[in-house]
Amino acid sequence: MVEYYLSLFVKSIFVENIALAFFLGMCTFLAVSKRVDTAIGLGIAVVVVQAITMPVNNLIYQNVLKEGALSWMGLDNVDLTFIGLITYIGVIAAMVQILEMTLDKYVPSLYNSLGIFLPLITVNCAILGGSLFMVQRDYNFPESVVFGLGSGIGFALAVIALAGIREKMKYSNVPQGLRGLGITFITVGLMAIAFMLFSGIQL
Amino acid sequence: MKKYKEILFDPIFNNNPIALQILGICSALAVTSKLETSVVMSIAVTLVVAFSNLFVSLIRNHISSSTRILIEMTIIASLVIIADQLIKAFAYDVSKQLSVYVGLIITNCIVMGRAEAFALKNKPFPSFLDGIGNGLGYSFILLTVGFVRELIGSGKLFGITIFSSVNDGGWYLPNGLFLLAPSAFFLIGLIIWTIRTFKPEQVEEE
Repeated sequence: MVEYYLSLFVKSIFVENIALAFFLGMCTFLAVSKRVDTAIGLGIAVVVVQAITMPVNNLIYQNVLKEGALSWMGLDNVDLTFIGLITYIGVIAAMVQILEMTLDKYVPSLYNSLGIFLPLITVNCAILGGSLFMVQRDYNFPESVVFGLGSGIGFALAVIALAGIREKMKYSNVPQGLRGLGITFITVGLMAIAFMLFSGIQL
Repeated sequence: MKKYKEILFDPIFNNNPIALQILGICSALAVTSKLETSVVMSIAVTLVVAFSNLFVSLIRNHISSSTRILIEMTIIASLVIIADQLIKAFAYDVSKQLSVYVGLIITNCIVMGRAEAFALKNKPFPSFLDGIGNGLGYSFILLTVGFVRELIGSGKLFGITIFSSVNDGGWYLPNGLFLLAPSAFFLIGLIIWTIRTFKPEQVEEE
């Protein structure tokens, strides 16, 4: 049993890396990877939000939205999955807001270091995408906790690695038109190829 | 009239949402391995951006700045649900291939970004045009990438054989790399390079 969760955890970090295998959260990924320290801040914020919202969305999906989930109320054939999208994004926005207020009150140092990244995370597709994958694969509660944590760490790993490469790349002579965004795309492409090495690994 | 034309066509080359504004990249990479999915996705995004811009612009004088993000999200999410249900109803196979990426139009930064940057400050008609224009800019990249990837990756376009592949007794050896996702990064990188070679004012200074 432990092995299964461990395998899911490793799989969600490396094999199915949410940034480099599914290309979620790309806008933030490319925009906030100019420096390593900001990338670390963003990474931590994504891990925390992902690890909280995924289980919450899982509970809502399994107990309210899923077909037949409301049978205890006598509503046997009610299928509410079509309002899933708006529910998940609402939960994510609310969670980010609550997290922001809690951090502001109890851990102001972390709040200051995360800064603008917290509100930005609401519109990060990695978070919503993670919840949608969780629904598509019909994970149960413990699986969603592991998957949430793993995919968050996977995103953090990818964004910090890219920031490291981009810091080094400042010293290279890149062709005019490719500077900035262009070369970043090509770098990420090479990183994605590197991460494809992990595909097919069975634990 | 000239102004409207600018609003409509500027985002295609001069201010492309993907190549210059860094908006809406996730879906551009994930759905472009076939031309068919690229077309469906382009249409869906264009319509969602246009209508979300229109609705946000219509109520722009009635929403306060502290609640605006929530209201915009609600409008966008409702539009995406409609788009999702329509695609499921009329193009079920495609909706299976697009998997979660239709739902992710909600967090596609183009939609939110244009609502924030344009629709909140402008009248409904120009906002609608701005939405269509940015949708077209997005579609331009998506269709180019989808065209190259499907043609080189499997020798087909819209599923119809153009180059007959070696496996079917033809001459063309498909390049599998183009079906894999990293190729989309390289193609978009090259598109950006091309655009910036012709429009040097877009080059970033370090």
